[in-house]
Amino acid sequence: MAEVAAPPYRVIPIVPALKPGAMEGLKPFIASEKINEAIGFPGQLVEDWHDRAIARMGELLSKYRSLKVYMDACVHCGACSDKCHYFIGTQDPKNMPVARQDLMRSVYRRYFTLPGKLFPKLVGARDLTREVLDEWYSYFNQCSECRRCSVFCPYGIDTAEVTMAAREILDSVGYGQKYSNEIIGKVHRIGNNLGLPGPALTDTLEGLEEDVKDATGIDVRFPMDVKGADVLLITPSADFFAEPHIDSLVGYAKVFHATGTSWTLSSMASEAGNFGMFIGNYDQLRKIAMRIREVALELGVKRIVVGECGHAWRVAYSFWNTLTGVGDGADPNDRFAQMLQKQLDHRYKQPTHICEFTWDMIERGALSFNKEANDKHIITFHDSCNVARGSRMGDFAGGQFEIPRNIIKAVANNFVEMSPETTREQTFCCGGGGGLLTDDLIDLRVKGALPRMEVLQQVVDEHGVNFMATICAICKAQFTKVLPIYGFDRRTVGGVHQLVSNAIILGDK
Amino acid sequence: MADILFAILFYFATLMFVVGLLYRINTYWRTPAPLLIPTTPAPTTQTGVVLRMTREVVFFESLFKANLWTWSMGWLFHASLALVLVRHLRYFTEPVWGWVAVAQPFGMYAGLTMLLGLCGLWARRLFVERIRYISTPSDHLMLALLVGIAASGLLMTFVTHADVVGVKNFFQSWMQFSIGALPGDPVLYIHLLSVAVLLVIFPISKLLHAPGVFFSPSRNQADNPREKRHIAAWAAEMEK
Repeated sequence: MAEVAAPPYRVIPIVPALKPGAMEGLKPFIASEKINEAIGFPGQLVEDWHDRAIARMGELLSKYRSLKVYMDACVHCGACSDKCHYFIGTQDPKNMPVARQDLMRSVYRRYFTLPGKLFPKLVGARDLTREVLDEWYSYFNQCSECRRCSVFCPYGIDTAEVTMAAREILDSVGYGQKYSNEIIGKVHRIGNNLGLPGPALTDTLEGLEEDVKDATGIDVRFPMDVKGADVLLITPSADFFAEPHIDSLVGYAKVFHATGTSWTLSSMASEAGNFGMFIGNYDQLRKIAMRIREVALELGVKRIVVGECGHAWRVAYSFWNTLTGVGDGADPNDRFAQMLQKQLDHRYKQPTHICEFTWDMIERGALSFNKEANDKHIITFHDSCNVARGSRMGDFAGGQFEIPRNIIKAVANNFVEMSPETTREQTFCCGGGGGLLTDDLIDLRVKGALPRMEVLQQVVDEHGVNFMATICAICKAQFTKVLPIYGFDRRTVGGVHQLVSNAIILGDK
Repeated sequence: MADILFAILFYFATLMFVVGLLYRINTYWRTPAPLLIPTTPAPTTQTGVVLRMTREVVFFESLFKANLWTWSMGWLFHASLALVLVRHLRYFTEPVWGWVAVAQPFGMYAGLTMLLGLCGLWARRLFVERIRYISTPSDHLMLALLVGIAASGLLMTFVTHADVVGVKNFFQSWMQFSIGALPGDPVLYIHLLSVAVLLVIFPISKLLHAPGVFFSPSRNQADNPREKRHIAAWAAEMEK
């Protein structure tokens, strides 16, 4: 992908001028008939797509208060208009959150509101034509569902909800996106997004045990499908083989080893990611999450811990209890949830993020570190969007910001923050989230990374930062690809548990 | 003749406003929110949610983070409007409530700041490229309508000095379902007509942001998904 060029940094990072139509032609590959049908969608665009799309939209409006309120409440104030990384990077006005929402709102007004039926031009209402549908496909696949716009909206309108609804409508008429739908097929067929079959996984884990043994002289285990283990680790499948992800997997295993925790991975649920959220389909979201419930029941685990993955943690933290009962506080008559909740150990939050697990162990004094092992790194932390704005860690609001930073500071000596307008709740998406981490969208991904690259450059120049830690598989994959295009070393990005792994002192437990 | 027309117009407009708004609120109320989606960091308790919503509605907290110009003009307009509305309660209360009487001089000048806020917002809509791009004709008309209401009101307060006693008598009768005499004042006609239009379009336009904000799941949900199971009726059906 050498032909893709990085856009220049903005001299003063102000709002860019509009370039209407800049990303108009951009479309990710359309899902094939086989891919769509495998997950229950029409194979290709159906004849009566117009009527079915409007009917589906009506159904979603009655099932999701978010969509209903968000379609009505926008006043076009423009608070969100300069907040999207894709708008900043592409300058295409339709990548302004409000304009992206309006692609759907204009149709909503035409078919579901009185003024739109009577005076469409006046209120910006449009018929759902083939051109509009194509525009939906293009621009709703240029949103990474990162929720940055929702932080700034005076009504909390979350474009991610609108994007999810739009993708759901598109899927329902056979106009699905290849990357996401293919992956959902794989997770059902094989157990994970990358399509790694059980035996390959076992091989990989055995190889890892040997590598760690060679490096440390200690037998750190990577157990698979162990009945009666205390902890079930659910982690993104990229952790099993991709760089730098795998270094964090080694980190988790070392933490479990050093704390004497009995744990296991699962070959059936070897994936934390849940692309059902990206396409806004509740059935898929639920079905993919159900694998974890089934495995937890089958193995009889007491705790479910989730590895470093942004949207997976949002789904796990915010949705698992709803979808599958992984959590606490179900009604006593709720037999479905109680079945699992009775088994789980409620002295701990269910599910637990791996950072919560590690930080808890650090606070208890169960782990010790040789911080100097990380002295070659000057570290900064990139808050991953879905963790930052769609989840929490610990007992207090904002724990998702503090806990990973606390871990980094506990295992390393050199830590600096990036500009505060780009971290914590105001963090920028890496540019590859929300089902866009595919080569057919590389141009968008490079441009969308611009705001993060600008502030990374600042701390590189001012503090010599050479390591950007993050806790998301997509961030890691996206930055590995995009960093070189902006002139950085691809190994600048890595996991928090990669740093833990470097510094942890393993006993002989 | 004008007396009867305006009386009927206001019965109609009030009915549309009240029924329309109740219908909308009922729809929002009854539409389920199947997933917990507060924009985090979010309060973990209901009390925290009330505080967050209060900050949002009273101070426009999110807008403050987003853009100071829009925030200052928007907040100025809304706060002024609130004072102006309070001031107008004197037409509908007899004797006038004490705190409404106290607010009178503030409400008078709030009319000016309301107009200022509106002009600031309109300027932004006209001169900032991004905001111009997203504006529809109705966005401009809405501002025109509000500017018309504010300007005609100010004109009566400071220049033409409308017969406020006459107006009050008219609305006192109107509230008793009888038709009194409305002062024959063209500026007053414009003012009342614009207000009636605003009432009618309120429940079918973007003015629904007012009730909508209270139903926005990203703002009104507590962040407690691990502690308590949240499930919508239609989603619970899938477990049977």
